Amino acid sequence: MLLRHTTDKVKERKALTVNPAKTCQPVGAMYAALGIHGCLPHSHGSQGCCSYHRSALTRHYKEPVMAATSSFTEGSSVFGGQSNLLQAIGNIFQIYEPDIIAVHSTCLSETIGDDLGQIVTKAKTDGKIPEGKHVIQAPTPSYVGSHVTGYANMLEGIVKYFPTKTDKLINQINLLSGWVEPSDMKELKRIMGLMKINNVLLPDTSDVLDTPMTGKYAMYPKGGTTIPEMVSMGDSLHTLALGEWATNKAAIALDNSCKVAFTQEDLPIGIKATDRFIQALSKVAGVSVPESISDERGKLMDLITDMHQYLYGKRVALYGDPDQLIPLTEFLLDMDMKPVYIVSGTPGKKFEKRMSELLSERCPEAKFKNGPQADMFLMHQWIKEEGVDLLMGNTYGKYIARDENIPFVRMGFPILDRVGHSYFPTLGYMGGIRILEKMLNEIMNYQDATCPDEKVELTM
Amino acid sequence: MVKKKDITNGLPDPSELMDEILAKYPTKIAKKRKKGMVVNDPSEEQEIQANIRTIPGIITQRGCTYAGCKGVVLGPTRDIINLVHGPIGCSFYAWLTRRNQTRPAEGEDNFMMYAFSTDMQDENIVFGGEAKLKDAIREAMELFNPKAIGIFSTCPVGLIGDDVHAVAREMKEETGINIFGFSCEGYRGVSQSAGHHIANNQVFKNVVGLNDRDRKGKFQINLLGEYNIGGDAFELERLFEEAGIELLSTFSGNSTIKSMEYSHTADLNLVMCHRSINYIAEMMEEKYGIPWFKVNFISAEGTAKSLRKVAEFFDDAELTAKVEEIVAREMAKVEAVKAAVKPKTEGKLAMMFVGGSRAHHYQDLFNELGVTTVSAGYEFAHRDDYEGRHVIPNIKIDADSRNIEEITVTKDEELFRDDLVAKKKAMEEKGMEFSDYVGMMPEMKKNSLVIDDVNHWETEKLIEFYKPDMFCAGIKEKYVVQKLGVPLKQLHSYDYGGPYAGFEGAINFYVEMERMLGTDIWKMVDAPWKSEPEIVGSFAFNG
Repeated sequence: MLLRHTTDKVKERKALTVNPAKTCQPVGAMYAALGIHGCLPHSHGSQGCCSYHRSALTRHYKEPVMAATSSFTEGSSVFGGQSNLLQAIGNIFQIYEPDIIAVHSTCLSETIGDDLGQIVTKAKTDGKIPEGKHVIQAPTPSYVGSHVTGYANMLEGIVKYFPTKTDKLINQINLLSGWVEPSDMKELKRIMGLMKINNVLLPDTSDVLDTPMTGKYAMYPKGGTTIPEMVSMGDSLHTLALGEWATNKAAIALDNSCKVAFTQEDLPIGIKATDRFIQALSKVAGVSVPESISDERGKLMDLITDMHQYLYGKRVALYGDPDQLIPLTEFLLDMDMKPVYIVSGTPGKKFEKRMSELLSERCPEAKFKNGPQADMFLMHQWIKEEGVDLLMGNTYGKYIARDENIPFVRMGFPILDRVGHSYFPTLGYMGGIRILEKMLNEIMNYQDATCPDEKVELTM
Repeated sequence: MVKKKDITNGLPDPSELMDEILAKYPTKIAKKRKKGMVVNDPSEEQEIQANIRTIPGIITQRGCTYAGCKGVVLGPTRDIINLVHGPIGCSFYAWLTRRNQTRPAEGEDNFMMYAFSTDMQDENIVFGGEAKLKDAIREAMELFNPKAIGIFSTCPVGLIGDDVHAVAREMKEETGINIFGFSCEGYRGVSQSAGHHIANNQVFKNVVGLNDRDRKGKFQINLLGEYNIGGDAFELERLFEEAGIELLSTFSGNSTIKSMEYSHTADLNLVMCHRSINYIAEMMEEKYGIPWFKVNFISAEGTAKSLRKVAEFFDDAELTAKVEEIVAREMAKVEAVKAAVKPKTEGKLAMMFVGGSRAHHYQDLFNELGVTTVSAGYEFAHRDDYEGRHVIPNIKIDADSRNIEEITVTKDEELFRDDLVAKKKAMEEKGMEFSDYVGMMPEMKKNSLVIDDVNHWETEKLIEFYKPDMFCAGIKEKYVVQKLGVPLKQLHSYDYGGPYAGFEGAINFYVEMERMLGTDIWKMVDAPWKSEPEIVGSFAFNG
């Protein structure tokens, strides 16, 4: 047994987190910043954070992940990190020549009380920021929220800096993508293309974290939302923000600064959430839904009806980030599955409210929890109390899946032990088909591997 | 195709490359970086600047003190709880990401698949986290009943004034198990290296010598600085066992806390990773009289040499015969594979930039395949790892590392082994070298470029200049280098393969090099229509 110390007796904990279902803010800020074209993320703290965050993203994408750090020493930890950041900004522009440096903080610089805004202003007055170049910033204290919070904070930092309101409305909408894969961002653009909606997608990590191998290395790949696009967001007709935890702050900030009204939607995972997304798009852009999208929806429905017998009543344990878990739970319920255990390390009161609404009638036996101590250890204990038919979440679930012999679908961040996942979306109707295929594969593989010889079926 | 450097008349002088690298830097930075680069000449005493602060914004590959302490030294010990006191990230990122394998018996404690954290929240930063830390220890006791708990401090802990050592003392009293703290805040020192030192001190103070054990076998050793990445230590355990050498304790691959507690009863310490563990080697010699020497079990020749040196130290005919038997048998297997692989690897060029020891160790393995190391460096090694231990008296501890505790160790009157001191002296008279490490630079070719704390810009320029067949580094460099069309071998994680230590490890590595250096995949990077664009274009138009 890999997790030989996990027992089935759940004991209330208030101080110890074991096997977390979250990580800390800055990696989210780093990921969001990589979705800007020509941007180098910068971690204002000691260098260990930056190395860990780059490594985590690299292991997930199997791609280069660039970021710089202020490399605090003990001296800067006592006297403040201003000179480190000023020096870093100068060095970065001279050596690595990005268009934008996106600075985030860590628990170190936040505890010291370094004011990123003030330091960046000083960099500007000291002439450290070359003409036409930009330094943006977002505080991302690791002891608040989770990696999702860090993403939200950096996204807010971006929209506070670039979008500018002029007196000319532009016939486009802003789409704030939550923390999703490059493939998902591509899928969002494809859908908006089908609907003929002019848009700015922010951030956009497609063609940044899924680059081709050409024998050349581009430190700033061709992807990412561009500066003119970001500037223009202040004149857009409307903002559609996907995933409340990741995008709500930015949507509000943009509304406040440029008076661009927004609609908050769930990430379009599964049928109903995608339906709401398509309808919201249609409404805010004033376009009708093309037949091709109805066809995609119909295909997803077709597959579900075809395969319903294998899904019905299956008990599922899932863990990850609230923005994914909420629509995924809804999707599972819509297919008559039972999402019985759900944990997220990311705090936020709305999680409980949304989960209660979804589950209280359709799966009253479900247990769910978020915030500190809502960890994978707790979920594993629940599973030991009463088993499940399927486990869904990031790579760290594989240890539970192996110990308990549960079919396992990898979803979310980080997926460290498989490749190719970042090339296929889980958003939209097509993403729904992929999730369905992944679940069915695991469920049927398990059946094929464990059923008696005489029960092995040629056809499903 | 890229034109290869011709090295038949020796390595090219990289001075031009250095100038080009430095030209990009602001003047002050150029001056600093220059001291961290040496055009190697093994016939001369050369000085390199190392173990100094990282330049902000330079895109270093370095990590922090916490990583060096928890992630490297204590992480691999399977039956203690490593409790990280801090916000969640530090614990999350060190959760199973280093491949320290372990093999517990049925029913034995093994906590390595778990990440334990106090998951500090903003109120813990404001009001202090000691109370939560104590509660976390109580909860850990109740849930897991471990033999010992190590508490690891992260960045904010030192700043808010949480005293992990006081908490450790108090909780040790309360729980009755061994609990000890590490002040390994990420900002201490300049790299992972400070974390090694802090870990060494605390393990020596709080663990080594706590337990005794009855003497078993004639030859008792410890293996220091071997972390069982990809099963390296398993292979060495196999060799020692067959030779009849009792391996008391490995620091810390596949280890238990108990094995460390009685490690002071060994007759000899073998040092594998000099950087991370030389402190304990020295302290054990001072306190208990146990001599140490450097070994290298990376490469077949190195393994044979190291085993023979152990046999020589014990000076026992039976042991010597057994070691010779093992070497002969294993080398025959090694030679067979080498003969098949070497023709495909001979003459290739490699570069390696790895933590604090492998950039040196792996050169031996590459030499066996006829691969030349043209440039190498460490992230966080000190001058002694580059130049050899004889420079230690000349190393100035700078302001950034001055606060790393130096502990004073005195002779243990009861347990001190005068017999070992006498033995060491006798062996020294016969020419055996102890307490020494020659360093990487004297063993590298003339004109090879040695670079400390290499950064992204320098990496790109190095590849452009040398056009190597192979780059050895870590996960952060891997995909950058491979986009450039150069295969990268991870020498931290072994790209999820291994073991690479010992004889079997050498064979694994040879086969892996045959795969990496022999494949045509890298020649297929350019699409065929890239070389004949016009034909394709006109055909499409006419169609």
